[in-house]
Amino acid sequence: MLSIKDLRAGIEDREILKGINLNIKPGEVHAIMGPNGSGKSTLASVLAGKEDYEVTGGSVTFEGKDLLELAPEERAGEGIFLSFQYPVEIPGLSTTNFMKTAVNEIRKYRGQDELDAVSFLKKMKEKMALVEIDQSMLSRSLNEGFSGGEKKRNEIFQMAMLEPKLAILDETDSGLDIDAIRIVANGVNKLRTPENGILVITHYQRLLDYIIPDFVHVLYNGRIVKSGTKELAYELEERGYDFIKNELV
Amino acid sequence: MDTITYFKERFEQLQEAQLDSRLRSLRDDAFNEFEQTGIPTVKHEEWKYTRINDFFGKDYHFTTDLKELQFRAAELQPFLLPGHEDANSIVFINGHYHAEHSVLRSEELEVISLETAAHNQYAPVVEAHLGHSADYHRDGINALNTAFIQEGVFIHIQKGKTVNHPVYIYNVTDARSGNIFAQPRALVHVGENAQVEILETFVTMGADESFTNQVFEIAVEEDAVLHLYKIQNDAANSTIVSTTHVHQVGKSVANVVTISLSGGLVRNNLNMVMSAPYCEANLSGLYLQNGHTHVDNHTVVDNRQPNCLSNELYKGIMNGHSTGVFNGKIFVRQIAQKTNAYQTNKNILLSENAAVNTKPQLEIFADDVKCSHGCTVGRLDEEALFYLKARGISDATARSLLLHGFALDVLEKIGSEDVRQYVNALVTASLKLG
Repeated sequence: MLSIKDLRAGIEDREILKGINLNIKPGEVHAIMGPNGSGKSTLASVLAGKEDYEVTGGSVTFEGKDLLELAPEERAGEGIFLSFQYPVEIPGLSTTNFMKTAVNEIRKYRGQDELDAVSFLKKMKEKMALVEIDQSMLSRSLNEGFSGGEKKRNEIFQMAMLEPKLAILDETDSGLDIDAIRIVANGVNKLRTPENGILVITHYQRLLDYIIPDFVHVLYNGRIVKSGTKELAYELEERGYDFIKNELV
Repeated sequence: MDTITYFKERFEQLQEAQLDSRLRSLRDDAFNEFEQTGIPTVKHEEWKYTRINDFFGKDYHFTTDLKELQFRAAELQPFLLPGHEDANSIVFINGHYHAEHSVLRSEELEVISLETAAHNQYAPVVEAHLGHSADYHRDGINALNTAFIQEGVFIHIQKGKTVNHPVYIYNVTDARSGNIFAQPRALVHVGENAQVEILETFVTMGADESFTNQVFEIAVEEDAVLHLYKIQNDAANSTIVSTTHVHQVGKSVANVVTISLSGGLVRNNLNMVMSAPYCEANLSGLYLQNGHTHVDNHTVVDNRQPNCLSNELYKGIMNGHSTGVFNGKIFVRQIAQKTNAYQTNKNILLSENAAVNTKPQLEIFADDVKCSHGCTVGRLDEEALFYLKARGISDATARSLLLHGFALDVLEKIGSEDVRQYVNALVTASLKLG
């Protein structure tokens, strides 16, 4: 469903992604691991369409469409979801209103009718249970004053509401205690289907105990330098990223 | 004839016609003040960014005789605010109070002319409070209003009573045949332990120039609660100088929310004078401007007694070529220990050509106080915009949502559910940027 070929991108003349190749098929979970500064978050941002980054080469196709030609909101309409590493605080906008708008704009993009109030509330209730979130949190200003764990749970709640075909989880585990990781991972696992793909970006192997990947890739210095199965994650955890660096030398 | 000569002629006619008026000497003093100071120019520190003297080069018609007005009640219909069926309405047309177009539903509320009030049992209140705002405005424009006090109203809220219907005040300027200069004037007396909710609006009819120079003075007695919502959504051919002077005579609560959505030029002077210990004043404002409009909010919070609390929050969203001014003065007199005074002004500029001048001004003479102020001028947060767009929300909708979120905490200061919904709908409509 997602095909990345020789993707190069950077910011202000500095190349960060130096030729990424990656294919994700429906039903697959891929993990991208790598040390700080290797380009993991840049890859996530470029896929979601963040304008700060300039794509200088290569291609990304999603279900046959040229993803790089689409605006961020169109990518979401096509079924791409980015769980932000640092979800933004939005004063004066409740999660409920935010989701109502997002769900309906995506439906509009897909040529579907707006969801009526009853169906929307039903859907909300169902997805709230999934990530153990309560109504009071959804009525508050989006992410404002939320703890790290609450923000990440809210991201997974949004993912559940929007039912993406491809979910990109950008360091969803960073800064979370083990209970929060379990809740978040549990939410993600319930959303796994044979039709959708998941790309987990993480620094640590820990999250992958809960979201078991089919493939693990190591990103280093803007390139995928090693790919394997979940065993690769354990190896990285044990030996550290230095063993990759040493192998490359 | 230049405008000043015209005013002088009109002034003399008025004084001639009302020889036994109790307001004569007040008017005399004010006209002298006006002659000495003139219309403020941008050289005047308080008018540095707001130019009104140009308007006085134009030929304005200035009604001093009520009979000159031809106005039918039906003509007011399109401008009535939601909920008017259940509200008291006080209507000023071209600066004059019109009893026949006004509707009084609450017996706790008394509306009489200032002249009458100056002669009856309210004379001491008129004596004490009419013209008090001049202490805070040493400029000709305030004096000019006072010099022509004629059909101004005295609004009295009985002590111990809660006015059961809101009070809607319409400042109508009928500029359908000629430029109009209007000077509405009111003195509101909120009696001890009384409560009232006032909503005022400005309406210009017709395409000629309208200039409204309004002065409302409000005296709030012990344990009284005042809610005042000023809604400014006037036409591009309007100029408004609106002075609201709230004098908290006793320990009381005053909430004033000023919403400026459109209009050619708007200058608001809001004074909160806290003359008793333990007063509370909440001042909030939202200005949303586009095109070539100009909005200026000058506020004064004067802590004259200890233990008073004031919260001030003004927010602006400026688009097009619009310009904005915020000037927030906080005085803490030497005696006013334990003052808590907070002030925030935040602005978002949506266009390269929009501008805001913001200036907090704190003068603190007491040593045991908590005062804070902060102002920001910035653009829409790009990170936030991307976050919303990444969830499938279009650029235009995302911008509207963020701006509405920015404005929301001011809207939430509007206590009345009906008014809040009405204002929210106006704000939402003007934030549709797509």
